[in-house]
Amino acid sequence: MTFSAFTKAIAGGVALSALLTGAALADPALIYDGGGKFDKSFNESAYTGAEKYKAETGGGYSDLEITGDAQREQAIRQFATKGFSPILVPGFSWATALGTVAPEFPDTHFVIIDSVVDLPNVRSVVFKEQEGSYLVGILAAMKSETGKIGVVPAFNFELLEKFACGYKEGAKSVNPDIEVLETYVGAGFEAFNDPAKASEVTKSQLDQGVDVVFQVAGGAGAGVLQAAADAGKFSIGVDSNQNYLHPGSVLTSMLKRVDVATFNAFMDEKNGTFTPGVVTLGLAEAGVGAAFDEFNADLITPEMKAAVEAASAKIASGEVVVHDFTTDKACPA
Amino acid sequence: MSARVPLPRWVDVALLPLLNVVLAFLIGGIVVVMVGQNPLEAVGIMLYGAFGYGSGFGYTLYYTTDFIFAGLAVSLAYHAGLFNIGPEGQAYVAGLGVILVALALNGQPWFLTVPAMVLAGGLFGAAWAFIPGYLQAKRGSHIVITTILFNFIAVSMMGYIISKILKPANVGSDESAPIDAISRVPQLRLFWELFKNSPVNISFFLALIALAAVYWLIWHTKFGFAMRALGHNPTAARYAGISNAKVIMITMALAGALAGMVAVNNVGGVQGRLILNFVSGAGFVGVAVAFMGKGHPIGVALSALLFGALYQGGQELAFSMPGITREMIVTIQALVILFTGAMGDMLRPPLERIFRPRVSASAGDV
Repeated sequence: MTFSAFTKAIAGGVALSALLTGAALADPALIYDGGGKFDKSFNESAYTGAEKYKAETGGGYSDLEITGDAQREQAIRQFATKGFSPILVPGFSWATALGTVAPEFPDTHFVIIDSVVDLPNVRSVVFKEQEGSYLVGILAAMKSETGKIGVVPAFNFELLEKFACGYKEGAKSVNPDIEVLETYVGAGFEAFNDPAKASEVTKSQLDQGVDVVFQVAGGAGAGVLQAAADAGKFSIGVDSNQNYLHPGSVLTSMLKRVDVATFNAFMDEKNGTFTPGVVTLGLAEAGVGAAFDEFNADLITPEMKAAVEAASAKIASGEVVVHDFTTDKACPA
Repeated sequence: MSARVPLPRWVDVALLPLLNVVLAFLIGGIVVVMVGQNPLEAVGIMLYGAFGYGSGFGYTLYYTTDFIFAGLAVSLAYHAGLFNIGPEGQAYVAGLGVILVALALNGQPWFLTVPAMVLAGGLFGAAWAFIPGYLQAKRGSHIVITTILFNFIAVSMMGYIISKILKPANVGSDESAPIDAISRVPQLRLFWELFKNSPVNISFFLALIALAAVYWLIWHTKFGFAMRALGHNPTAARYAGISNAKVIMITMALAGALAGMVAVNNVGGVQGRLILNFVSGAGFVGVAVAFMGKGHPIGVALSALLFGALYQGGQELAFSMPGITREMIVTIQALVILFTGAMGDMLRPPLERIFRPRVSASAGDV
């Protein structure tokens, strides 16, 4: 009798503490994609958003870097089991793993960036990268003196072509005769981590007369920016604001506000206003854009800035529609 | 100079590798202390992550499966004096064979598809390793160079094939169409609840069979004898009437087939589809596994288990101790490779000194 009561008390205590632990740990979690936390680009942008959440709310969050594809499901499950919510995974490579794990935890919220996972507890955030790329394309074409500009994607991949295509279209809207060279860093995802190769590829473009080059290569992009800076030419950063990396050489950066998407998702959860479904962030939503700050102020003439602002307004209002490469796998420009 | 007295066998095969691992962990522990974390807690988390619960143990066995195949692919070739650094590429190309038959037979039960996947993965892996073997045997191109280069060719070729040919129209990321659940290599969690959510599948038993088969091939067959003869002294092997060229080509093909089983584990079992870079370094770990295991199947099995535990324990550590980053864990893994592989014989001279008196005393009795 007493024993039974004792057991019940323990069981109750354990259940209570489990509940309390669960409540205490309802923090957001962030699991970076292959490129790693400090890639100065895509993943780091998510990190920036999470840090902003931490600074503004005083709330904590947990994060993790993975080392292989087999760890994707494992990592999501670990966080979900411990009661984290929302769990944010930046990158389309997460789609299959999230599609598998999310239904197992119907009460947990998940956020995926750059891909759509159609489940009732998942928010999918996609960007109109073509619109931001269009703007930096305008700047590149106006800055170029040789009439030749370049773009360096990590490899031949749909999402990266979306950037490249918008860039070409933007450049040609200013100068229809401009020549745009496109060279890939490598052949697969490891190209995102190969700044040395990216630098070689960029040098080759510069040797061919290119004087502005747009990097779409994540962590490898550092090599592109370095090569352009060494040669005294111009480069354009991507995802995060990379203007500060080589002031005077980085013309601008194509901002993709993964940090905003991250911050918003964390805040929505905190305020109890988390909504699943697809969120599309373009110029109109300030989800993409061209970076202007003190590091590139000397490189941008008032005419350039005016051209960008005019194009922004037209795109945001729908007067100009920038082609989305992923819809038909072709680039008109 | 007097001949070196060989170490007692148990010291050579057990104590020396054990001391190397302990040394690696000691240095790793110092690194952990330097970043302000508790090394004992870290070791505890790693052990718990690797062996402490069913799912974690399942992950350990999953990594172990990959490392056994890759380790055997290096070991087998090494017995014939060939340094095969190509399991990474061989496994990658084997993935193509696995996915092609799996998609052709999609919907059939696993006991039909799995043998077909093993066969196709083996054939594609073998073909990819045969070419460097041929170039070595007939053209004298060094196998180390060609297998390394073939890893690069495999990456570019497979990247093209996956993104341009195998990728279905409605999929965003670069990957093939998925294999139906019924046709995949069955996961052990279907039979044992213990392994819930972990990717370990019956390829693990295939790995155990491969260990026994490689042992039998190397030490109990005529071909194994020819291989070892070639490995010890090519001139003598040739003088004894062995066709060195033939042995090189067959050995490399067999090694490639073993590496190809990594694809059965990953493409056929874990991912259920062909994704970019699915081998993710297992082929290179195989080189370390083979050297730590001294090319012997039992040694390969044990060192594969060690590396499997390091991989899974490392993941657990990254999850549980945010102060320890991914780079830190790679550092610890690299220390183990350094101490057991590259500097594996560092402790040999002191050990020889320790074990010498007893040996010389018994020699004096004669």
